[in-house]
Amino acid sequence: MLTNEEVKKAADFFVREIVSLAGQKPIRIMEVCGTHTVAIFKAGIRQLLPTTVELVSGPGCPVCVTPNDFLDAAIAYSKQPEIIITTFGDMLKVPGSSSSLAQEKAAGADIRIVYSPLESLEIATKNPHKKVIFLAVGFETTAPLAAATVLMAEKEQISNFYVLSAHKLVPPALRVLLAAGNRPVDGFLLPGHVSAIIGMKPYDFLAKEFATPAVVAGFEPLDILQSIYLLLKQIQRKEPKLDNQYGRVVPVVGNPIACQRLNEVYQVADAQWRGIGILKDSGLALREKYRAFDALKNLPVTVEPTKEHKGCQCGQVLTGALLPTECPLFGEICKPEHPVGSCMVSVEGTCAAWYKYGAGRWQG
Amino acid sequence: MCLAVPGKIIDKQDMLATVDISGVQRKVSLMLLPEAKLGEFVLIHAGFAVQTIDEEEVKKTMELFKELEQYADK
Repeated sequence: MLTNEEVKKAADFFVREIVSLAGQKPIRIMEVCGTHTVAIFKAGIRQLLPTTVELVSGPGCPVCVTPNDFLDAAIAYSKQPEIIITTFGDMLKVPGSSSSLAQEKAAGADIRIVYSPLESLEIATKNPHKKVIFLAVGFETTAPLAAATVLMAEKEQISNFYVLSAHKLVPPALRVLLAAGNRPVDGFLLPGHVSAIIGMKPYDFLAKEFATPAVVAGFEPLDILQSIYLLLKQIQRKEPKLDNQYGRVVPVVGNPIACQRLNEVYQVADAQWRGIGILKDSGLALREKYRAFDALKNLPVTVEPTKEHKGCQCGQVLTGALLPTECPLFGEICKPEHPVGSCMVSVEGTCAAWYKYGAGRWQG
Repeated sequence: MCLAVPGKIIDKQDMLATVDISGVQRKVSLMLLPEAKLGEFVLIHAGFAVQTIDEEEVKKTMELFKELEQYADK
C-alpha cells in the first residue's frame, strides 16, 4: 500500500509531466467507461489538468445507451401479474416512453433489484408459478455473467427463467465513433474491466487503422493520471499505439473462459444504442440453442410505441460530439431529480456526473 | 456498471468461493474463473470472480509510483 504522501508525490509527478506535454493545441481524450467518468470526477482529476486537455465521456455507460424500446418492453412485462423482473438497481429510474420501472414498482409491479444475475435463478426456483425475466444489460464485463446464468439455468433445468437482453460491445462502438469523425478524439482511455475479459487484441485497430492512441486504464486516481500521461506521450511523439496501464488486472489474452461462455450463449448482432441508432455488430443476441430463455421469443407482450424526448441530446453527449453543458436541457429542464435523458439518470451517466460535480473545474 | 472490487479467496468448494473483501466475506461464483486458487486475489463483479489479480504486476505498479517520489520536488 502507498502512503498518502507517496500518492501525492506520484500525482504531482504525473500532473507536472502532463502540463509540460500538453502545449497550446487542444487535446480531447475520451474516457470510454462510465465507471471511469465517475472515478475522474470523484478524484477531481479534471481540475488538475491544463485547460487545453479536455476529458470527454464516451458511450460506455450501459444504462445510458440502453434504448427506450428496451425499457418500454421491460415496463410492459412488469405490468403482467405472472412476471417478476430482476434487474441491476441503476435501471430503475431510467425513463421509458411514458413510465419507468421505479414508477411501476411503486404501483405494485414485482420488480426486484439483484446484485448478481444468479439471484434471478433463486427467485425463479422459489416462485415456480411465476416467470422471472432478468434485464441483461451491460458490456463485455457483465455479459459473460448473464451467459453463465443462462448456462446454470439450463443445467439446473429452471424453465421459468428468461432474459431480456440489451448487451453491447465496446470495440465496435469505438470503430463507429472514429469512422464518423465529426468531432475527433485524440486518444482513448480504455475500460479496464471490459479489457479484463476481452484482453488487448480487440483494440489493435485503434492504432493500426485509425492512428489513434489508446491506453487500457485502471480506476484508482493514480492509474488514471498515469494513463493520461501515457496518452499525452503517444500524442506528442505522434506514435499511436496500445498501452496497458492496468496490467495487474488485464492480461493480454483477457479471460478466455469468460469469452468462451459468452460465445457459447450469445452471438454478435446489430444493436440499437440510445440516441445513436443501430450500430452493426455492436451487440449480442441469444443463440438459437438458448431461445427457450429469450423473453421476447417466448413471452408475448404488447409494447407501446416508443417516443424519445425531442430536445434530449444524449446521443450527441454519448459520442462526445457535445459536452453536457452544451445541451440546452442540461441543468434546466433536465436534472437528476427529474431527468429527461438516461445520461442524467445513471450515477455513471455523463450528465449526472457533470451536474453533480459542477463540470469538475472550479474557479479558484 | 463495470464496478469491480478485489477480494481474496479464503475458501473454495467446486465453483463457489468465499472471498474476503476488505474484511467482508461473500460467496462468489467461479464459473468464469474456475482455475482460481485458494489465497489468490481476484477481481469480483456482480457476484462472479472475473479475473485473477497479478500480484507481481501490483508490486511493479507500486514500486513505479514510489520511485516517482524522487522526481516530485525537482
